[in-house]
Amino acid sequence: MEFTERHVEGLKELLYKMADDLLIIGHRNSEWTGLGPMLEEDIAFSSMAQDKIGQSLALFELLHELGESDPDTVAFTRNAPQFHCSQLVELPIGEYDFSMVRHFFFDHAEAIRFGMLSETVFEPLAMVAKKFKGEIKYHTMHADIFMQKLAAGGEESFGRMQQAINENFGLALGMFEPGDFEAELIEAGIFGGEAELQQRWLDKVVPLLTSYGYMVPSVDAVEPAFGGRKGVHTPHLQPLLDEMTEVFSIDPGADW
Amino acid sequence: MKINSLDPRISRAELDDESKIGELHGNEHFQTYEVFQQIKRGTHHQHVGNVHAPNAEMAMLFAKEQYCRRGAAVNLWVVKTADVFVTEYQDADIFETTEDKLYRDPNSYKVMDRINAFKARTNNA
Repeated sequence: MEFTERHVEGLKELLYKMADDLLIIGHRNSEWTGLGPMLEEDIAFSSMAQDKIGQSLALFELLHELGESDPDTVAFTRNAPQFHCSQLVELPIGEYDFSMVRHFFFDHAEAIRFGMLSETVFEPLAMVAKKFKGEIKYHTMHADIFMQKLAAGGEESFGRMQQAINENFGLALGMFEPGDFEAELIEAGIFGGEAELQQRWLDKVVPLLTSYGYMVPSVDAVEPAFGGRKGVHTPHLQPLLDEMTEVFSIDPGADW
Repeated sequence: MKINSLDPRISRAELDDESKIGELHGNEHFQTYEVFQQIKRGTHHQHVGNVHAPNAEMAMLFAKEQYCRRGAAVNLWVVKTADVFVTEYQDADIFETTEDKLYRDPNSYKVMDRINAFKARTNNA
């Protein structure tokens, strides 16, 4: 099947939101470096944050091949309204409970999205999706074990994690905000769509959380935090971008 | 006076001038796990170090990032350090061997095998 202009636009929209999500969550989670609850976890969490930046780079490179600017320019010269990340990933790291639950929700969505994309007709993206399969598997394994152990870690631990789940749930649903090209992407076999992804994600995370003893809010009772995919962001994104691009802005032409 | 550091982990420890360095209290630190890494399926696991962790599953998570991030591995073992039975260094003499028992040393057999194999190869050639 030949890609029409709308297919390519849809593909770019998909790549931008994935790459932006990964860049921003990677940057956010790296803020824990040096502050983690214990040395070993500090290293593990920082490593995963670094993995996310690497994954975003691979997607920005695909966008570059599709005619967008080079990865550094795209990553470091846009302002908040030009970012397509979900609001979930841009919020401050909060306490470790918040960051851990966000990591659990985000990484399961990413794992399923990459799993779906390993079958995409756009071959270069399928290769990227397959390349990171093992990396993302470790990330979800890390999140699962922490969620499970912290559920069983006593009253305070359970209470804080449950509270963080409640806070994060609507934000996490915001990840599945439909794009403008859902029908085209599905029809062309590029991507199965956000609605399908959300359903698969719910089928994964709800039974897991329930098995650990948590309560999961009902999807119908929660307002999804939409807007991020269309450039509508919380006030937290721009300061993050200012900090992230601080060095780049001093000398954009510098050779790294 | 409490030590106020830029590193919140130092501040959290609530150290003061009276704190004795190296003094440990129960439940203040996690136990350690010894980490064994297997490079290739079929080969033996090798000890690579240890990690602090509250349980084996988390020890595995930490061990993977501490010891296998840049090196290839196919399998990990984590074992509670406390479960490792150790010999005393004062008993190190149990490993000594007397000089008149060199025949127990298999080195010469190995070399002869290789010499014979080489001879067989070159004779056939």
